[in-house]
Amino acid sequence: MSRDVEQGAPASLVRFRATGFNPKSNPVAAWASFVVVIALWQLGSSTGFISELAMPSPVAVAKALWQLIVSGDLWLHLGASLQRLVGGWIMGTVAGLVVGFLVGMFTWARSPGVALVSALFPIPKIALLPLFIIWFGIGEPSKFATIAFGVFFPTVINTFGGVDNVQRNLIRMGQSFDLPMWSVIRKIILPGALPTILSGFRISSSIAIILLIAAEMIGAQYGIGALILAAGNLYQTDQLIAGVVVLSLMGLCVSWLLGRLDRWLLGWR
Amino acid sequence: MRLHIKNVSHSYDQVEALRDIDFGIEPGEVVALIGPSGCGKSTLLSIIGGLLKPTSGEVLMCDQAKPEGCLNPLTYVFQDFALLPWRTVAGNISLVLEDHPLSKAERAARIDEVLAQTNLSDFANAYPKQLSGGMKQRVGIARALAVRPAVLLMDEPLSALDAQTRILLLDEFSDLFARTGMTAVYVTHNLNEAVRLAHKVVALRRRPGTIKEIHTIDVPIKDRHEGMPELIAHEQALWALIRDEAIAADKELDHVA
Repeated sequence: MSRDVEQGAPASLVRFRATGFNPKSNPVAAWASFVVVIALWQLGSSTGFISELAMPSPVAVAKALWQLIVSGDLWLHLGASLQRLVGGWIMGTVAGLVVGFLVGMFTWARSPGVALVSALFPIPKIALLPLFIIWFGIGEPSKFATIAFGVFFPTVINTFGGVDNVQRNLIRMGQSFDLPMWSVIRKIILPGALPTILSGFRISSSIAIILLIAAEMIGAQYGIGALILAAGNLYQTDQLIAGVVVLSLMGLCVSWLLGRLDRWLLGWR
Repeated sequence: MRLHIKNVSHSYDQVEALRDIDFGIEPGEVVALIGPSGCGKSTLLSIIGGLLKPTSGEVLMCDQAKPEGCLNPLTYVFQDFALLPWRTVAGNISLVLEDHPLSKAERAARIDEVLAQTNLSDFANAYPKQLSGGMKQRVGIARALAVRPAVLLMDEPLSALDAQTRILLLDEFSDLFARTGMTAVYVTHNLNEAVRLAHKVVALRRRPGTIKEIHTIDVPIKDRHEGMPELIAHEQALWALIRDEAIAADKELDHVA
């Protein structure tokens, strides 16, 4: 038993102790940080602190970007890149979803699937591009294959992880009402696994962009990767950075689209 | 429909959960399964509805008498509700009707009917996360009623709810059984629920789960009410029956931890 020993001392306030560890978002600060960084960068370039050859000023980059837009080169490069990105990603994703569901649901697919995926997943997929070029030629198919291959494995892993995470009691509920297997898959397992699958899309889409650029740098006439490489070879750093900016915007667009997809499909959360 | 649980035994690996369980469930009868934790009452319920294969023995449907429009004779109500979070209340009920040859209008009519029966009509388009625990379990009941079951299998349907909600739902269950004459198996560890709802209370003993006693309560369900001396007497008799088992179960959990 504890007993208060000191009595008669003056009253004191109970101090609030649960401060901090609760970061909040602030959209104004988010935009302001862009403005500040770009302003500092421009200031550095204008004063000559940053060499124009090593790092062109924001204004020079904007001019280069404008040049690319008006000459129409940008659309040529962007179009080629987007085609590869979308095509390769869809191929890898569809194959990954199918295999992921099989591995997640069937004993016969489980161990072989997990073993093969674990063995092949760690290979940097760009290392296989030369092989794909031998198989499919230097043209588009080898690029599609590289991207699809890179997207396939994380999609498999996420899909079967998502299927594993579907609450067993929901599946049992479906079975207790005698739902046919196809209905259990379509109405219970698929929507239950969807949150994990969609978060996997974020990973696979960024892998796809990395592989896209790498593949275009190895052998392509058009594409953002080819544009950046060619600009670098000619010391046109303004065009090089313009290409990088386009990539950043492309990444943002992809992430925005996935966010929309999330909100559309997972509105119930 | 009459069910016969015939010499059912079940073991998980080395542990013998149930041994030689044998009793019948008569049409229109509510049977409560009670017993301390670990006596295998939920296991037995899973076996009765065909969600678990017993190591030996079988469950027989002795006749094919079913309510009109019955789509799923043995229908569960789950302790954790088992609602799909991505479907609305109406969608969750629709789920169990969609694979049957019902017209759209028939399906909608059934959904409306069970929503009205469970006082959920205003919540048809709500998602489960918006509902309180009691409402979620009402959806569970509505979903079960929608398939017009011959036997309702209820697995501790009130255990996940707070005390006040439990009282409200207990009254609703009592009304439902009194009004419809539904056949049901009701698993609970709460003796009060058992004496309010059941015609027959099967008390199980543990390790291995065997039937200790089958206790009959003759008061018609519609005449029962909270605090009725006769029910209190039954409750005390049941408690005397399983008290030692409950103490043993409590002690054993201590050792396991």
